[in-house]
Amino acid sequence: MLSLRNSRWQRRTDFIFRILTVLCASVIAFVLVLIIYELFVNSGPSFKKFGLRFLVSSIWNPVTGEFGALSSIFGTIVSTIIAMALAVPLAIVTALFLTELVSPAISKLVGIGIELLAAVPSIIYGMWGLFVFAPFMSNHIQPALARWFGFLPLFSGPPMGIGMLTAGIILALMVVPFICAVTRDVFLMVPSVIKESAFGMGATTWEVTSKVTIRYGLQGIIGACFLGLGRAIGETMAVTFVIGNDHNISASLFSAGNSIASTLANEFSEASDPLYLSSLVELGLTLFLITIVIQSLAWVWLRRMKRKMRVTL
Amino acid sequence: MIKIVIKGLLVGLIMAISGLLGEVGFAQSKTLNGAGATFPYPIYSQWAYQYNQITGVKINYQSIGSGGGIAQIKAKTVDFGASDAPLTVEDLKAEGLTQFPLIIGGVVIVVNLSDIKPGQLKLTPELLANIFLGKITKWNDPAIAKVNPGLKLANKDITVVHRADGSGTTWLFTNYLDKVSPEWHTKVGTDKSVAWPVGLGGKGNEGVAGYVQQINGAIGYVEFAYALQNKMTYTLLQNRAGKFVSPSIESFSAAAGNADWKNAPGFYHVLTDQPGDDSWPITGASFIIIHKEQPDAEHGREMLKFFSWCLRNGAEEAKKLQYVPLPKNLVELVEASWKAEVKSGGKPVWN
Repeated sequence: MLSLRNSRWQRRTDFIFRILTVLCASVIAFVLVLIIYELFVNSGPSFKKFGLRFLVSSIWNPVTGEFGALSSIFGTIVSTIIAMALAVPLAIVTALFLTELVSPAISKLVGIGIELLAAVPSIIYGMWGLFVFAPFMSNHIQPALARWFGFLPLFSGPPMGIGMLTAGIILALMVVPFICAVTRDVFLMVPSVIKESAFGMGATTWEVTSKVTIRYGLQGIIGACFLGLGRAIGETMAVTFVIGNDHNISASLFSAGNSIASTLANEFSEASDPLYLSSLVELGLTLFLITIVIQSLAWVWLRRMKRKMRVTL
Repeated sequence: MIKIVIKGLLVGLIMAISGLLGEVGFAQSKTLNGAGATFPYPIYSQWAYQYNQITGVKINYQSIGSGGGIAQIKAKTVDFGASDAPLTVEDLKAEGLTQFPLIIGGVVIVVNLSDIKPGQLKLTPELLANIFLGKITKWNDPAIAKVNPGLKLANKDITVVHRADGSGTTWLFTNYLDKVSPEWHTKVGTDKSVAWPVGLGGKGNEGVAGYVQQINGAIGYVEFAYALQNKMTYTLLQNRAGKFVSPSIESFSAAAGNADWKNAPGFYHVLTDQPGDDSWPITGASFIIIHKEQPDAEHGREMLKFFSWCLRNGAEEAKKLQYVPLPKNLVELVEASWKAEVKSGGKPVWN
């Protein structure tokens, strides 16, 4: 009698739980669909007026009502590339250090530090970037880069301390903790039996790391990188503080630029003209589409990679 | 267990509903809601606080930006909107709105040049326009040296810093350049954000102040209070009368006092480039926008009472925060406009 009641009760809770999960999951899907719908509808006027020219024009003039997203797209991509180029190697090396080379006690301590860094709000990075890091860039790093690599257009122009390069470095600092924390967990999941067998066969630490640990954890590492990329590409406040906010495309990393997110943060609140507002929404839609394209490319690439390396992960 | 949870939820629900009812009942009589410009926010919130202490009337002012303020008052979600740029008479008519100035402030030019102290560097309107157009790029340019014979100016690049976000401060500044430079008028124009020919953009007054303080050779524009608080090097500017004036509450008042408000329908009057020997050329009023037809006469009167109190008793507080109170003749004009314009069911709300 008791067990019968119990099982019926259990079945009922199972049913309720199932409904609950379906509801929660569909809320997420519903919100996503709503966001896409709103972005499309509200960017209508801008799309009607400019069409595809919106994506290739770099004119941004609220006075005459001419809007083009090119400089913002350029800034978003360049600052993200700088950030990833600096952050990925740094994060992977740090994660390897934490899992392979130091005692668990130190590893745990540094690990807590990294998790704390990941929790620092972006506005703090922005303020620190503007008031501490930008002067340092302008006084030390940029003059040095200009002296050694000044012949490259990348490092020409006055060292203002504010601009694309500074924004990229700040972004790198912001995403390192994310990539590092996940990569470390991935490395920790590599079964020690496999590593020990490699060591037993006489492999050096470097060989074990490059041929076993990294290879085993590749999918996880790439996943971690895309987590970082996602944060870098949409980061708003920190970038707005240090990028210089100029609708301008320049080959020099020292010059000021802007990103899609920084343009939105700057200009949304005072945009009263419908076309202006609609152009800003279309800019948001562009960022959304860029993210989708990158995610799909990553997915395709990962599948090919897996086939090539013949690892089942 | 479940019973306890349900009980808890019920109690919570009842509390929430009663709280909501209380809020609504309170809101009908004693709360005024406004939204808009960020520039006057410090003084509006100070006035709101003091007025609340004296009368018990609560004023919520959200500084969401002039554009947001205008949108909110048009949508009737607030009792009043605030904007640094006045609406045109046609705009006001189309939406059944009326506007009036409530406070005056000034935009000043700040530079970062070693060896130069506040108030030493003199700029003419042509110099300022040419610097912001990117035509003068070095501090030792002969055109600058000619106006500043006594100053030592280094061979340094000029870095122009402007606002990155849309703002009333930019509107005033570009409105001034638009008036004094035909080239600025054709190439750039006036707006809350424009296509800047050169320079970097800082977010907010604090962003511009931060950039200018860090970049040697920078020039930018900020609200007066920011220049004072950050002890920045402000410049003198030549006004319409040809005199070089220093930014101060006195020179802002002079610009406001010399303006001809009587012949400005809907108070559409911008205080840039005003006549008078002592007038600071980049002065501006911040405006309040309300609906002409007030749905509730009592509520409308409550609101106008607050503004009247600000205009008549708020001067000391305004000066403390580096704003300029409206001159007396203007206060009377504003109150007269309420009498003529603001109605509820055909009857004037203010008398």
